[in-house]
Amino acid sequence: MKLSFEKSVKGRRGLRVAAGDVPTSINLNPALLRDKPAELPEMSELDVVRHFTELSRRNFGVDTNFYPLGSCTMKYNPKVCERIAAYPTFTHLHPILPQLCGGEKLTQGALQILWEMDCLLSEICGMKAFTMQPMAGAHGELTGITMMAAYHRDRGNKKSIVLIPDSAHGTNPASAAIAGYSVKSVPSDENGWMSVGALKEMLTDEVAGLMLTNPNTLGLFDPNIGEICRLIHSVDGLAYYDGANLNAIVGKVRPGDMGFDIVHINLHKTFATPHGGGGPGAGPVGVVSKLTDFLPISTVIKRQDGTFALDYDKPKSIGYIAPFYGNFGIILRAYVYILMSGRDGLERVAENAVLNANYMKEKLRPYYDMEHPQLCKHEFVLSATRQAAHGVHAIDIAKGLIDAGYHPPTMYFPMIVKEALMIEPTENESKETMDAFIDAMIELAKRAQTDPQSIKAAPTKTPVGRLDETRAAREMKIASLDS
Amino acid sequence: MPYITNTDEQRRQMLAEIGLTTEGLFGDVPAGLRCRGVNLPEGMGEQEVRGKLAEIAAKNHINVTSFLGGGFYDHFIPSVVYSVLGRSEFYTAYTPYQPEVSQGTLQAIFEFQSLICRLTEMEASNASMYDGGTALYEAMMMALRITGRNKIIIDDSVNPIYRVMMHSYTRNLHIDLVETNNHQGLANRESILKSLDSGVAAVVLQNPNFFGSIDDFTDIAQAAHEKGALLIVSCYPISLGILKTPGAMGADIVTGEGQSLGLPMSFGGPYLGFMATRKKYVRNLPGRIVGETVDSAGRRGFVLTLQTREQHIRRDKATSNICSNEALCALAATVYLTLLGKEGLRETAQLCADKASYAYQRLTAIPGVKPHFPAKWVFNEMVLDLPHDAADVIGRLIEKGFAAGFPLSRYYKDMDNSILIAVTEKRTKQQIGMLAEELEAIL
Repeated sequence: MKLSFEKSVKGRRGLRVAAGDVPTSINLNPALLRDKPAELPEMSELDVVRHFTELSRRNFGVDTNFYPLGSCTMKYNPKVCERIAAYPTFTHLHPILPQLCGGEKLTQGALQILWEMDCLLSEICGMKAFTMQPMAGAHGELTGITMMAAYHRDRGNKKSIVLIPDSAHGTNPASAAIAGYSVKSVPSDENGWMSVGALKEMLTDEVAGLMLTNPNTLGLFDPNIGEICRLIHSVDGLAYYDGANLNAIVGKVRPGDMGFDIVHINLHKTFATPHGGGGPGAGPVGVVSKLTDFLPISTVIKRQDGTFALDYDKPKSIGYIAPFYGNFGIILRAYVYILMSGRDGLERVAENAVLNANYMKEKLRPYYDMEHPQLCKHEFVLSATRQAAHGVHAIDIAKGLIDAGYHPPTMYFPMIVKEALMIEPTENESKETMDAFIDAMIELAKRAQTDPQSIKAAPTKTPVGRLDETRAAREMKIASLDS
Repeated sequence: MPYITNTDEQRRQMLAEIGLTTEGLFGDVPAGLRCRGVNLPEGMGEQEVRGKLAEIAAKNHINVTSFLGGGFYDHFIPSVVYSVLGRSEFYTAYTPYQPEVSQGTLQAIFEFQSLICRLTEMEASNASMYDGGTALYEAMMMALRITGRNKIIIDDSVNPIYRVMMHSYTRNLHIDLVETNNHQGLANRESILKSLDSGVAAVVLQNPNFFGSIDDFTDIAQAAHEKGALLIVSCYPISLGILKTPGAMGADIVTGEGQSLGLPMSFGGPYLGFMATRKKYVRNLPGRIVGETVDSAGRRGFVLTLQTREQHIRRDKATSNICSNEALCALAATVYLTLLGKEGLRETAQLCADKASYAYQRLTAIPGVKPHFPAKWVFNEMVLDLPHDAADVIGRLIEKGFAAGFPLSRYYKDMDNSILIAVTEKRTKQQIGMLAEELEAIL
């Protein structure tokens, strides 16, 4: 398909810009202006609409296809949340407005939502308070680790190490390193849990904290979590909960009750906001009482008269980590989702997410290898090792699924599992959808033995086939430049 | 919960098939850790929740005429942007890990990268960042990696919100962040050159700067390059419809807030950071990058590329911890720039400058209102001095239905009476006139 630039026709216009009602400026020094206009496409409105509509049809989304992408929690995104987030009384609010004298009263609704979300998420996670500012999960991690550092600085602790299990998401070690810590990887044990023995050996006064996902990336709940948090606390370390997998336990287990001190939540996962093709998300961070002083500026408070205000009086705060109050439009969608779910609804979410994952795991178990076939939570990891013996690897199974009309599972993650395919159905999917997917997986497992070449040729029903990634990296053509 | 599709009967059937009970699904969680239900209200149906949110939304008041800017602007958003963004093939997809079923997102990002390069006159762009502030922080980290040095010079004419963000992120790192004080509203060349030694990784500037003043940093780029340092420029993309580009000035890394390109103000987010650089620094870019390639039949396609820089492969050695971008916001900017096109963007930028110029004339004609800086050239934002405390005047104008601007005393010393006023193409001559009349009446 052509690029917009290739469809451009000189002289075509897509928008009639408003007529000027003031004299044209004579104020600008020509030396400060650009030589020639930016070479943007010249297209009509119809050209533009057709172009992007055609692009949209080259995408799989949750609304078009089953999307069991493990670790990403590709839930259905309720339409009412989109509708409410588009209310002009939310979208037209300038973020500086409440910072002006007398401006606070113009934004009471928005401040109320931020304040209530703090309360709701604190209750759901067993934390004392939340900041809504982090704009993604990884941004939440960086915020949380920065607070961890502030806590140790405040206590006069000399700490330099953050411990992270080898099954962790890559963002965990990257966030700790970028915040200035050195990272040590804790091995998993034969159950797929973090090795408590290894943790004990690695535990020194240098340890600032531990980052952990529970259930972990294998989809397994680590039952030693209470002891793990106690061990970390014994050296005045802090336990950080990566909330990427919260959907499995929401309403059932609270990170605070497990012993965690800092939590980030991916609102776009557990609380059903759209993934947007890779963002925007939101990654609010919650903390226990001993860390609330370090939360970013500002926080929303509720006054005795019931009005809401921004609080900047936080001398121990880590400061600003976002320009304002976080991705408000995303927080708003998640707020609506939580109100609709309520207490009962959230428990049903976890139950159905776990039931669906276990159902699929058991149905696929005879056909694929599994290093950890025990009870899983919201997702499970299988290995295409048996198929690989016939030359059909995890990536081939993934591409075969595309031709069957499915978005593939996550491939080759976690890295500690060979030929990994990580499947997360979410609570939304029906038995019929899962049964059809299971049949497709079984058919691929059989075809791997009888006709492996047909799978290696997949996908054939998409606008493009398998793409040459090596060539992309070598040629590095990453923009159509105006030459 | 209407979002759970299976019926009770289907659940019973599935549990029976795998030999489990609902209770047994959580049998791996030690009993002491299970909570007895969180204390939340009962769930609601769509009708109730829309009623409740309509009540809350009514506590926000948007019927004020806004001259607020400070990096975040009330620009016109064409209907086509909303229409394309409403397509759920885009918004319910995730990061395009599987290129064959994600060509829509991938090509849109490739076009976004191309548009950013053309706008800034740079050679390479990533797929976007969270916002302009985090983009600037990432640019600073990138400069530290490229040069292996640890000193950064940043002029205080750069957005103060971004400067405080950079301090928050770097407190635990051993970075020497040197702030220079602007000279009469422009980057302080004398102080910058004085601090510019062979330990400096980058000089960080903004154009138009926080005060709305426009500049040409070509001389600073040359001085920085002579010392082996980079020039980072944060910019306002609408202004690039007419202003000299950071690329033409010799900048090495360009960042900015893309909110003005078709995104509503939404009380602070989601927004859009962008980042562009020279081709030689591509491997040091943080975040996602989309590249062009072909399939086995020779058909053009797009993939995520240069992934060996990233956290999911490099873990603690990655260029950044970022694993997402703001794809949907980048799509909005892509649609916006494509629709406005070459002439539409130029006209929009010119209109902003014209209206600001008109507002400048109207407002400075009021007795007691004077420009704070002698600098002549502004794009669409200006600093004016009032005879009284600016925060107080702004408060009184809010009562009259105007969000007249931003009080600079919040971030700058000795600027108690100074107000930062922004004018976009959406403000009419009549609205500007009414602001001038109300301001004159108050003073």
